Parts: sequence; C-alpha cells; structure tokens
Amino acid sequence: MTREATIRELANGLADWDGPLLPILHAVQQEFGFLPPETTATVADVLNLSLADVHGVITFYDYFRTKPPGRQQIRVCRSEACQALGSERLAEHIQARLNIGFHQTTPDGRFSLEPVYCLGNCACSPAIMIDSDVHGRMTPERFDALVD
Amino acid sequence: MPSSISPVCIYVPSDTGARSLGADAVAAALAALVGRLGIDGEIRRNGTRGLYWLEPLVEIGTGSARVAYGPVTPKDVAGLLNPDGSANRKHPRCLGNVDDLEALRLQNRLTFERLGVTRPGSLSDYRAHGGYVGLQNALALSPQDIVEAVTQSGLRGRGGAAFPTGVKWRTVLEAQGRQKYVVCNADEGDSGTFADRLVMECDPFALLEGMTIAGIATGATKGFVYIRAEYPQSIANVAEAIDTATDAGLLGDDILGSAHSFRVEVREGAGAYICGEETSLLESLEGKRGTVRFRPPLPAVKGLFGQPTVVNNVISLATVPIVLREGAEHYRDCGVGRSRGTLTIQLGGNVARGGLYEMDFGISLREVLYDLGGGTASGRPIRAVQAGGPLGALIPPKHFDTPLDYEAMQAIGGMVGHGGLVVFDDTVDLGALARFSLEFCAIESCGKCTPCRIGAVRGTEVIDRIRAGVDPDANRALLNDLCDTMIEGSLCGLGGMAPLPVKSVLTHFPEEL
Ligand SMILES: Cc1cc2nc3c(=O)[nH]c(=O)nc-3n(C[C@H](O)[C@H](O)[C@H](O)COP(=O)(O)O)c2cc1C
Ligand code: SF4
Ligand code: FES
Repeated sequence: MTREATIRELANGLADWDGPLLPILHAVQQEFGFLPPETTATVADVLNLSLADVHGVITFYDYFRTKPPGRQQIRVCRSEACQALGSERLAEHIQARLNIGFHQTTPDGRFSLEPVYCLGNCACSPAIMIDSDVHGRMTPERFDALVD
Repeated sequence: MPSSISPVCIYVPSDTGARSLGADAVAAALAALVGRLGIDGEIRRNGTRGLYWLEPLVEIGTGSARVAYGPVTPKDVAGLLNPDGSANRKHPRCLGNVDDLEALRLQNRLTFERLGVTRPGSLSDYRAHGGYVGLQNALALSPQDIVEAVTQSGLRGRGGAAFPTGVKWRTVLEAQGRQKYVVCNADEGDSGTFADRLVMECDPFALLEGMTIAGIATGATKGFVYIRAEYPQSIANVAEAIDTATDAGLLGDDILGSAHSFRVEVREGAGAYICGEETSLLESLEGKRGTVRFRPPLPAVKGLFGQPTVVNNVISLATVPIVLREGAEHYRDCGVGRSRGTLTIQLGGNVARGGLYEMDFGISLREVLYDLGGGTASGRPIRAVQAGGPLGALIPPKHFDTPLDYEAMQAIGGMVGHGGLVVFDDTVDLGALARFSLEFCAIESCGKCTPCRIGAVRGTEVIDRIRAGVDPDANRALLNDLCDTMIEGSLCGLGGMAPLPVKSVLTHFPEEL
C-alpha cells in the first residue's frame, strides 16, 4: 500500500468521530513516526477541509512533526521544578553529549532532542523522557549510562 | 479469587513517578524472589502513595496490615522477605506499617482516599474502597438535588480559576441544547503539578464516576477526557478504565439499571500549553488550532460544538464521588473561609520530601514547606516558592505564614491555582526565572492578542538588557510598563498572568533583576 493509501485508510477509519482531525493526525504520526508530506492533502480531502485548515492545525501543535525523528526521542523537562534541581546544567550536558541542540536529530539518526515543559514528575526532578519512559532524578552520569 | 487469599501480597507502585525511579526493576526482582523462595506470593502493581522521597515504596501485606519499605532498589529486595515469606521488619529500609507513616497520618485524604491503596485497573478494588456509592446515591436524586449537593459542598474548580463547581453545573442544567457535554480538562500543563496525573494513573474510575455524576446532573450524555500527550500512561489507564466500566454497565446505556446514558472518550492533546485554557481546549477538541475564544458565550451555555458544556478539571470531577457518598457537609466541614474541603498540594522542586499532600485548606505555606516537606533537598535555606504553576508569583519567606486559601493567597499577590508548590533554595537565579516565565509565554502564546504574542518576546529582551547592565533603571521601568500592558491587554490568563512572576521578582527580590 502506498503511504497515501495508508493515510487515507486511517483517516476514513476515524472520520465519523466527533472532532476527528487531531485523532487522525495522531494515528498517522503513530504509523509513520511523523506526518509525511502527503498527510495534508489526503486528510483535507477525506474530511472535506481546506488545505489551509489542516496545515494550520499541524503547525499549531508542537507534538506534530513533519520530519522523521531519531530512533529514540529524548525530551528534557525545562520547567521550574526541574530547574530548581539543575535541569539547565543537565540540558547542557545532554546537548554536548549528543552533540546536537534542541529540536535537532543526530546525524546517525539515533536520537532526537526536544524540550518539554513539565512531565508531571516534579517531585522527582530533574526529569527526562526517552520515548514513552520517564526517568526521574536524572544526572549527567545516569544519562550517559542510558544512551550508551 | 485465589489472589485475595494468597498469604503474601507484595505491592509495588506502577505510576510514572515510581517507575521513573526504578519501580519496574524492583517489581521484577521481587517476582524472581518469590519464585526462588517457592512461596505463595503475588506482586500487585498498585498506585503510588504520592510520597516520592520514599519511592520505589514496596509494601508487603499479610491480612490487612501492610509493611512499608522505601526507597527500595533491586539490591535490597532479597532481604525484604523472611524465608517463610513473611515481611522482614528488621530490614534497614523498613518503615513500619504504611498506615502509621506520619506523612500519611497528617493528611486528610478524601479525593485521594484510594491513592496507593488500590490497583488502577481493578474495578473490584475500586468498589471495595467506596467506589460507585456516590453514583448510586446520585441516581436516587433529581438533577437539581445533585447540583445542590455539589454547590453545598463548597467545591470550587481545582484547575486554577476556583469557580464554584455547582454553579457551573446549574448553568448547564438550565441551558437548552440538543446534546450536552462533560469535558474533563486533563491537560495539566502547569509545571509543578501532577495531581491530575495521579488520579488518572492510580484511580481512574474516580474520574469516570465523577464525570458520570456530572452528566446525570446536567443532562449531558457524552463526555471527553482531554489528556496531554506528555502523559501516555494516563491516556492508557483512562482508556482501559473506560472499557472496563462500559463492560460492567457503569458507562453506556441504562447505567446501573437506571434510564441514564453516559459515554466517555479519551482525546489526546498535542503539546500546546494553551489548550489547558478551557475555550482553547474546546477548539482543539473540535479539531482546530487551539486559539482562545472570546467570552461570552460561556462554555456552559455554548461550549463544545456550540452546545452547553461542563468543563471541569480532573481533581474537581474526581472529588464529586466522595461528596455524593459522604454528603456535602462532610466535605464542606473541612477548610477555611470560602475555601472548603481539601487542597491536593503538589510539592516539588528543591524539597526534601516532595509529593502529594492532601490537606484541609488553611494550612500555612510554612507548615507545608517545613513540617511536611522538610525544607530543601539541598539542605540550604529556602529562597522562594512558586505557587500555582508557571504563571504564579515567586513568594518570599516573609509571606510563608500565609494560609493556603484562595483569598488569602490572592491578598499577597499569589495564587493557589492547581495546588502546585515549587521550592527553590538560595542558589536560584530569580532573574533567570523571571525571564523564563516570559519566554514560556512567548513559546506557548496562541497568538491571538498582541500584548501576549509580542510583549512576551520584548519582555525577555528587556530583561536581557537589565541583566547585561544596560541602562538598568530605564529598562526596569520599561519592563514594569510592559508587564502592565500584558496584564491589562491580554484576552486570557497566559498573557495576563505570565508577567506576575516578573513583577514578584521586581517587588520582592529587587536585587535579582
Ligand atoms: C493559560 C491557561 C492554562 C490553563 N491550563 C489548565 C490546565 O492545564 N488544566 C485545567 O484544569 N485548567 C486549566 N486552566 C483553567 C481552565 O481554563 C478552566 O478554568 C478549568 O478547566 C475549569 O475547570 P474547574 O472549574 O474544574 O477548575 C487554564 C487556564 C489558563 C488561562
Ligand atoms: S493572552 Fe496570549 S494565549 Fe491568551 S488569548 Fe491572548 S495571545 Fe492567546
Ligand atoms: S517541572 Fe519538570 S517534571 Fe514538572
């Protein structure tokens, strides 16, 4: 099946939900890891929306990506409770260690790095998330062990 | 049910927080130990007690008592059980019976009565601990009487705005519409807060029961839980609880044999802080960009898809079952002034004993920070506390005798908000924190109004100039003006409150900015 056909099938499957656009975009991103270029036109067609409507939604939400992420996604909490326990130093270490900045992916495609504004783990700061796993009381040493 | 008669029950928390500290590895080590000893034992993944300095907190239960150990590492596991499978009370990590822990005895757990006691996916645990009695009681009442009970309880919205929940419900009950909705705001975007996550991960049926009661009270037959994307385990646990409740006849048609219908669906957010603001959330649920709506109309009159809609925070909704079970007075009799019942305090940041403290309103900041929290984790003096999330003021020690009460906090320029308290020691750079609040506002602004969209960016630039020593007095005056413009000219609380941390630093910590 082509990518476009897969997207169409996912969109058709959810089209009768109340407010189907975000659920469809989540489903497409779940399938491909990002929103492929065909997404906008295909979803707009299925839902009978304008391209601008769909594009506008995709660009509004940080969580939707239009480029493939690294194989592992690392999110570092930059909010206050984590700042109170040194998350800025941790963030510097992580960027130096991976040799990339926030919103970037390592050239070998292993890791991408994103900021996140609170993981709800503020009593176990600093917190990071690798894929869907949260890690609390993170230190530079523990981080190195996790990505080695 | 062989599990309930099994001689050894070992409880290991399953929430994101405990797992972030290694609870899964501890559970695996315990399972291996039980196998090695050849005893009749079961590992139960309960919710957390919310005492995070003790996590992973293992409990070994025989009969009704549970012996607590914490924090436990996989290396500690071998010594927790005696060879006959009984709890080794001589282990250095042993904390005694869990119910005797001071940090729990000092609390008044109402909303969180089951936190850490039950397994999140177990409907039978939920029902064995008071669950669904509130709904049963509600079904015997008229919608007006349910609304009245919630009003009488004094419950105010725990999402931040503290609007009386019963009053909101009455508006929806009296509004006309072809399809009313109950929307649970589970966006929990405020940094320093995690109480919503605890309900969803550890006691999701309480939320569903509260939403169902809200539906019956207002005539809504459909509900949505809008959960932030950063909370995958909440999304999974709530979705599973919805399936379980539906199979048991607690959601769907003819609920508990009544003529009422109520269905719930989960919707996942997509990383936008502003979608915690209720009208932006409704836009997002409708499949649009999360921009804030002008009011009126209120969501209670014209909300989701233009229909009358209850929008309530997770904690507000999860508190409703106990109000309907124990009666409005039971809840209202706790607290002070116009802040009735309990506040689910989330204590985090640089604090020795961080976690969830459900306390009657009226406890002072000082009591929370020192008596409960034990001061900073670093052992240094507390320099400031941020109350009520990223838009809340930084509060100096001279105000620590303020009671946690909506009106009293407001009187010192602070806010209770969603009940988060973030502690900073004396190494904190408060100027950087002030800058961060505007930077955060610039990143998360929905873009609808200029003071917020542009003002926040300008504000960070002005702070940079002050911090670089460029014409500091003139720039401080400029910053003050800019903050006032944002406060007065913004449509919603993001632009309207992000300057508050800045102003609090200018007022209370002038040497820092
Ligand atoms: C910028 C902004 C962000 C908000 N974020 C949240 C949130 O994450 N969760 C929440 O419950 N309420 C949030 N609120 C408050 C909601 O707009 C609304 O008052 C609340 O959901 C109503 O429910 P309650 O009465 O039960 O508190 C936010 C408000 C503003 C202005
Ligand atoms: S204050 Fe900011 S977030 Fe709120 S409506 Fe205006 S632009 Fe949007
Ligand atoms: S502030 Fe970092 S997890 Fe909440």
